Amino acid sequence: MQKLRTIWNYEHFYPFALPNLPSRYRIYLQILSWASWRDAISSLACNNKPICIPTDHKVVFLFSFALLALSRCRDLHCASAGNMIKLFKVKERQREIAANANGKPPVKKQSAGELRLHRDISELNLQKTCTISFPNGKDDLMNFEVTVRPDEGYYLGGTFMFTFQVSPVYPHEAPKVKCKTKVYHPNIDLEGNVCLNILREDWKPVLNINTIIYGLFHLFTQPNYEDPLNHDAAAVLRDNPKMFESNVRRAMAGGYVGQTLFPRCM
Amino acid sequence: MAAEPTAQESRSRDLDKLLLRPGNLVGPNFEPGPALRDDLKEYGRVLVVGAGGLGCELLKDLALSGFRKLEVIDMDRIEVSNLNRQFLFRLEDVGKPKAEVAAKRVMERVSGVNIVPHFCRIEDKELEFYSKFSIIALGLDSIEARSYINSVACSFLEYDSDDSALEETSKPMVDGGTEGFQGHARVIVPGVTPCFECTIWLFPPQVKFPLCTLAETPRTAAHCIEYAHLIKWDEVHSGKAFDPDDPEHMKWVYNEATKRAELFGIPGVTYSLTQGVVKNIIPAIASTNAIISAACVLETLKIASGCSKTLSNYLTYNGAEGLHTEVTEFVKDKDCLVCGPGVLIQLDTSITLEKFIDLLKEHPKLLLSKASITHRGKSLYMQAPPVLEEMTRSNLSIPLFDLIGKIPKDVVHAIGTTTKNDKKTSCLRKLRVVFKGVDGIADMDTAGET
Repeated sequence: MQKLRTIWNYEHFYPFALPNLPSRYRIYLQILSWASWRDAISSLACNNKPICIPTDHKVVFLFSFALLALSRCRDLHCASAGNMIKLFKVKERQREIAANANGKPPVKKQSAGELRLHRDISELNLQKTCTISFPNGKDDLMNFEVTVRPDEGYYLGGTFMFTFQVSPVYPHEAPKVKCKTKVYHPNIDLEGNVCLNILREDWKPVLNINTIIYGLFHLFTQPNYEDPLNHDAAAVLRDNPKMFESNVRRAMAGGYVGQTLFPRCM
Repeated sequence: MAAEPTAQESRSRDLDKLLLRPGNLVGPNFEPGPALRDDLKEYGRVLVVGAGGLGCELLKDLALSGFRKLEVIDMDRIEVSNLNRQFLFRLEDVGKPKAEVAAKRVMERVSGVNIVPHFCRIEDKELEFYSKFSIIALGLDSIEARSYINSVACSFLEYDSDDSALEETSKPMVDGGTEGFQGHARVIVPGVTPCFECTIWLFPPQVKFPLCTLAETPRTAAHCIEYAHLIKWDEVHSGKAFDPDDPEHMKWVYNEATKRAELFGIPGVTYSLTQGVVKNIIPAIASTNAIISAACVLETLKIASGCSKTLSNYLTYNGAEGLHTEVTEFVKDKDCLVCGPGVLIQLDTSITLEKFIDLLKEHPKLLLSKASITHRGKSLYMQAPPVLEEMTRSNLSIPLFDLIGKIPKDVVHAIGTTTKNDKKTSCLRKLRVVFKGVDGIADMDTAGET
């Protein structure tokens, strides 16, 4: 309500809504904006003589004034941004002079995500049984592969490869991680999708590549039948851990579990 | 004598009220008069990024606000579902590039305006392309694209030896965004206001469903759709990438989602919901776009002309219940890796990368040990992991000047450890390296040779 009251002080900017109750502000704004929209549609839609543009123009400015009024509600400090047109003028002339000179060589932009990833990578603290590689060379760190060799549990002795795809807005978004080794695992499906909470619903920008690799390690030492992606494997782990263990062994040695053939990964 | 001038007058009458008259709320150095209006036409070059719901409004508003030299960039083609709000497009335009049609329609209606369309991705343009604009207006729908344009605009910003931003190198941006009844308009003047990256942490994380919920216990229509999109697609089309812009692919996901919803007795899967979930679409409302666009264009006009002090610096609008707007002044992150000054380091061109890394240890503002160095996405030297250390080791004996392409000054980033209150902490710093005895002309000569 306080915000609405501030509009009243700017009646000279926005005279229409004034005689009405605050709740009507919205209606007026909506009507005006719809009018702008409808005008534009109808005038552009008919192939006949268009109706005059200034109507639309006025509406735009009415809004602008309303918003200008609102933006005035605060002390404004953005002073050095004022009247840049002179600057643009000078720059335009400089550009004309410089037009004959050679253009700069094309340069690649480094995103903030890339910087943060560089940091993550340079601070990696990998377990001894874990390796990282960069198939596209040293200048593309956004796509890499991590190989995990569990040192205990059902998967001891196996080697599992994961691909990481990191977005330019990392760490705002989690990396996309896929398991490239076909594995008999309750939390990894046969297409390589991985059910690890920090990769999706529980991702936070404070987490990093190290955390994810620990998470992947954990999946192999502590497979979890309560969050299944491979339904059959989860059911076997829950009901018959002995049989699960022999299934895992068979799969890792390169063999069938049920109808599915797993390539050797030991 | 009467007819012609009247038409012209009515066109710029409202604008003239702002540009021809003095006022008590105007910006510093504001000089009202017809010369200002003419300069705006002549020198005000504005790039509109995106020709969607907001982009169409921005183009129209800019054209009607006295800007004559506009360009618009958009990589999308027009779809039927755009027509309700992207008012520059007609049914017969479906399938054509948005940028081209939007430019053509506005030019048809507003005489004297020249709009150059660019039908391509924003990443496809050279930095040089962006440098020619006075102001960049953003009508985008993703954090990723905003972050990219922001980093491009901030890359033009230069600082003097006292770490003060040089105003003439600042590329102002005006960013608009809408989501249903809500929207925001913000002014970004690199070096003066916070940049997009300074406040990126304010964005809430995207809602993502756990994969196992999708696979095992779907409860909502969205779960069924995401199951078809993320799990079923890969299972059936091994290796083939899903393309959200291909209607065949979308139809397939919709059909699979319907089957799954029937299996679990979940109602509500529709084709439009499928599109919405997969492409993360929030219904757009034409009036919100109109309001936000008006605010953005007014800010553009204010930055260019100084007819008022600019918004400081983030306006939010909410029209869902009543009307609420609020202006918040975001603060700059002085150590921002994108818009901050970084640490100035003067070097001889003969300094090798190894020597440079040693220098960082002793630099009083840094005291950075074991530094890894990157330059524009390239790893110059990485201390770890061993595989990268090995790949970059040969660079250590090469002069830094040569490694960064023999340019007189540029930005590199260093990652290392520093001691703070007797505790070792890792840090990532922006460094402005300037080479002694190399000026711009020498640079051009060498650029021509190589």
